Order: sequence, then C-alpha cells, then structure tokens
Amino acid sequence: MKCKDVIREISDYLNGDLDAGLMGDLQRHLEHCEDCRVIVDTTKKTIDVYCNSEPAPLADDIRERLHAALRKKLFKNPA
Amino acid sequence: MNRTNSKAAEAPAMQPDPERALVLAAQAGDAASFEKLVSMYEHKIFRLGMNITQNREDAEDVMQNAFLKAYEHLGNFQGDSRFYTWLVRIAVNEGLMRLRKRRPNQVSLDEPIEGDDDLLPREVEDWGPSPEQRFAQTELHEILSKAIGELPEDFRAVFVLRDIEELSTEETAQLLGLSVPAIKSRLLRSRLRLRAKLNRYFRRSETP
Repeated sequence: MKCKDVIREISDYLNGDLDAGLMGDLQRHLEHCEDCRVIVDTTKKTIDVYCNSEPAPLADDIRERLHAALRKKLFKNPA
Repeated sequence: MNRTNSKAAEAPAMQPDPERALVLAAQAGDAASFEKLVSMYEHKIFRLGMNITQNREDAEDVMQNAFLKAYEHLGNFQGDSRFYTWLVRIAVNEGLMRLRKRRPNQVSLDEPIEGDDDLLPREVEDWGPSPEQRFAQTELHEILSKAIGELPEDFRAVFVLRDIEELSTEETAQLLGLSVPAIKSRLLRSRLRLRAKLNRYFRRSETP
C-alpha cells in the first residue's frame, strides 16, 4: 500500500468500515510511515474537535423571537 | 475508531430517553412540553442552520421554520429514531431549500467531483496540545465555523450531517439525495480539507 492509497482509505479506516485485508495493509503501512501516521492522527483530531464541540447558547434576541413565533402558533393551533 | 457512528448506532430503546415523555405529551397536545423540547435543541438546530447557510438571518429562519414544521407534523413522528434526528432531517431540508432560493444556479449536490490527484495532503505536521486546551471556547467556535464556511456547499452538508450531527452514511445519502459512494467520497474530501484548514491553527509550531 502506498501513501496515496492510505489517504484514499483514511475516512473508511477512521469509521471502522475497512475490511480486514485492507485494514491490515493500512496498519502495516502506518508502522513504517511517519507522515501517514500524522495525517491519520490529525484527521481523527479534526473529526473529534467538531464532534465534541458544544454549540454556543442561543443569543437572547434570537431565542425570544423563536419562542414568540412558537407561542403564536401553539396557542392559535394546539397540536 | 468507532466514535463517528456511535450516537447514530444507539438504538433508542437501549438508553434512558428523557425526551420520550416530552414527545408523547406534546403529541397529546401539551404545548409546554413541545416548548421544552425546543429549548433542549434550539442552539443545536441554530448551529446546524449556520453551518449549512453560513448566514445568521438564514440560520434563524431555518431554525424557526424547522420547529414550526416539526410542531405541525408531530403526529407523523413514530419514535423509530431519536426525536433530535427527526428534527435534524427537517432542519436540513429547510437549510438546503434556503440555499437553493438564495443561489438557484449554484447549488448542486450531485455535481461530479474531481479525481484523486488533489487528495494527498501538502502539509504534514503533528498538532500540539488539544485545541480545547489551546483556545478559549469562543475562539475555537470561530475557527471551526470559519473552516467549515470555506468548504464548498455540497461538501459542507455531508460533513455537517455525518461528523457533527452523527447521522449514518445511509441517512445522509437519503437526506441529500446522493448515493452512498458519493457521500463517502465527499466525506473523505471534506475531512482532508478541514484537516488542512485547521492545521494552520493547531499545528505544533503555531503559537496562538
């Protein structure tokens, strides 16, 4: 497996979607290729930083407008 | 690593579900329960709207319309997915509609994408301490949001659904009207492009 093959499979590898044969090839490549190890690691960190990031609380004015719109609808037309 | 699909893979019946009672009450006509559900998820749905439209006014409209539509169609929610996942589907459709309205000729999710030649990363450098340790939360939000905003719209939608909202590849494909291989290809490119963008901020040699 060459570096560009690792990059092509990196997403499936991180998802745990690779079959055993490809997984073995990729892991053997990572054992001796520092660059690919760094790319795999920083790609995983990219996904993690987005996945773990909590959204900011809603701004008060946006929240007030949302709930005003909801109440108008909820009380006019109860579910 | 199995984290990416972890939440999507959890069966609703396998975990305590604090929202279930609220959903049932809202379906029975209790408006206050629906408002509680809104309060639980409003900030997440707003972020989803921002991530897709990259515009605060549009994101606000997307969020309002999504919750109003969810209320209208509450009877259709069968409880076979998480309530939040159901909301995400509604909000994504609202976001995509808003994009098409804004730029009718520019948004196409099914354009062919380039070959593999662009994939090999140019900058390879390990990252320093975790981004959460290096940056204040507001600053980190800005960095993440800016990087996503620089992705092409079709890549952005795939990354947001798969890696932020944690929908499965199949759910994402169905929502965006694309094939599973098309989703996988866009996800790979999105992740690599975001890695390269974040590299500017998070690499070891960078002093924030």
